[in-house]
Amino acid sequence: MQVQIPILLSFLAGMFFLVQFFMPHQAIQATYTEVLVWLRIIVAFAMILGIASLVQRHATKIRRRQRDWQYSIITLVSFFVVCILGIVRGKDPGSAFAWTFSYMLVPLDATMFSLLAFFIASAAYRTFRARTPEATVLLVAAVIVMLGRVPIGEMIHRSLPDLTEWIMSVPTVAGKRAILFGVALGGIATGLRIILGLERSHLGG
Amino acid sequence: MWERLVSIDRKWIFLAIGLAVALPFLFSWAISPGPIDPRARNLYDYLEQARPGDAIIIAVDYGPSSMPELHPMATALVRHALGKDLRVLLMTLNPQGSLLADDVLEAVGAELPEKRYGKDYVNLGYKPGGYLVVLGMGDSIPKTFGTDATGKPMADLPIMKGIRNFRDTHLVVSLAGSNVVFTWIIFGHEKFDQAVAAGVTAVLTADIYPYLDTGQLVGALNGLKGAADYEMLIDRPDRAALGMTSQTVAHVLIIFFILLGNVGYFATRGRRR
Repeated sequence: MQVQIPILLSFLAGMFFLVQFFMPHQAIQATYTEVLVWLRIIVAFAMILGIASLVQRHATKIRRRQRDWQYSIITLVSFFVVCILGIVRGKDPGSAFAWTFSYMLVPLDATMFSLLAFFIASAAYRTFRARTPEATVLLVAAVIVMLGRVPIGEMIHRSLPDLTEWIMSVPTVAGKRAILFGVALGGIATGLRIILGLERSHLGG
Repeated sequence: MWERLVSIDRKWIFLAIGLAVALPFLFSWAISPGPIDPRARNLYDYLEQARPGDAIIIAVDYGPSSMPELHPMATALVRHALGKDLRVLLMTLNPQGSLLADDVLEAVGAELPEKRYGKDYVNLGYKPGGYLVVLGMGDSIPKTFGTDATGKPMADLPIMKGIRNFRDTHLVVSLAGSNVVFTWIIFGHEKFDQAVAAGVTAVLTADIYPYLDTGQLVGALNGLKGAADYEMLIDRPDRAALGMTSQTVAHVLIIFFILLGNVGYFATRGRRR
């Protein structure tokens, strides 16, 4: 029963959403709208679960003095301080919550992402080698696209932006489209397997 | 000597990149962004077709990490829309997007004091649920959000008059540095026939091209170049246009390092054999 009931619920829910897509009947659409509201509530609960999991994990790390446990203290203190600020003082522009977002989170998050530029440059210098014909094609295409996407490309040769556009619009789209079809077909197959109870990994077994 | 070409310490590379990006901003070295991307022009033209009073939704679906590319897009789009007397509804599927939306409205609102919050533009804030929110908006935007980001009920917002769902909006523009943009295409455009446009980071550019070809996106802004293009189209060059100089220098520098590494590699390859 512990397995059969979830499988039955998955089947009923999956069939309902499959059928409602094709049936504009008022009763079915009204039920669909109501279920969407339930789902949004469940997603909100999932957020609470995530927060509980985060707090528990870091609290365990502190209690057991695991590696880098000091950073867990910073994590939990930051989390609770910002939470309390937002709940007690609100999050309108000018509030303490908004201040911590604008002057702490934004610069920190932007800085973390900015590091990518440096590491990409270093990695490209060390590893981007024309060792094979395929690597050479990749290298040439990358150079053309990088130049064509900035103003200097047109200054070097007026056709460079057009060549960049061709690379992005033809071979790149062809490859992307093929991947999209593969992913979509795989998703349909997996969805059908879950609805029919053939796939049970989502049940933890 | 050739061995040195393949073993430059990365601290010099980091320094070069740092200077390449920082100096143009410090000295305001601006260059023309070059030819306008036709996809950016398509988005601009689509907005130009809107009539005063039409509503557009701008989904600020990004966080601080994508701000350099996407924040200028949001600012330029809001400037364009308010300049055409459109109603601008900002919302987000990203928890960090709500405060960024406030930032955009604060900046553009200061430039246009005749425009009023709640009457000409509004921030509906963040709602969890991703595609569920989009599906809910297709049915009823007031019911999905309930209040704006400040907690004001929808019924008290003059901007929401006559706006029930996607049918009452001219366009949705999703600004995203992640797969969220596909949520709008799949659930906004395909289910509700809503016109959708995208503003994405440069790494996502190739991913959205198939949707542009099929007409599922009416237009797109791709990376910092897209933001700079839109600023040129509305005749307000700003941070994106300035950033193009940094991007140009950085790209040329990276290509230089790649070529340097390859020259050194081929020069020393014989010796390694």
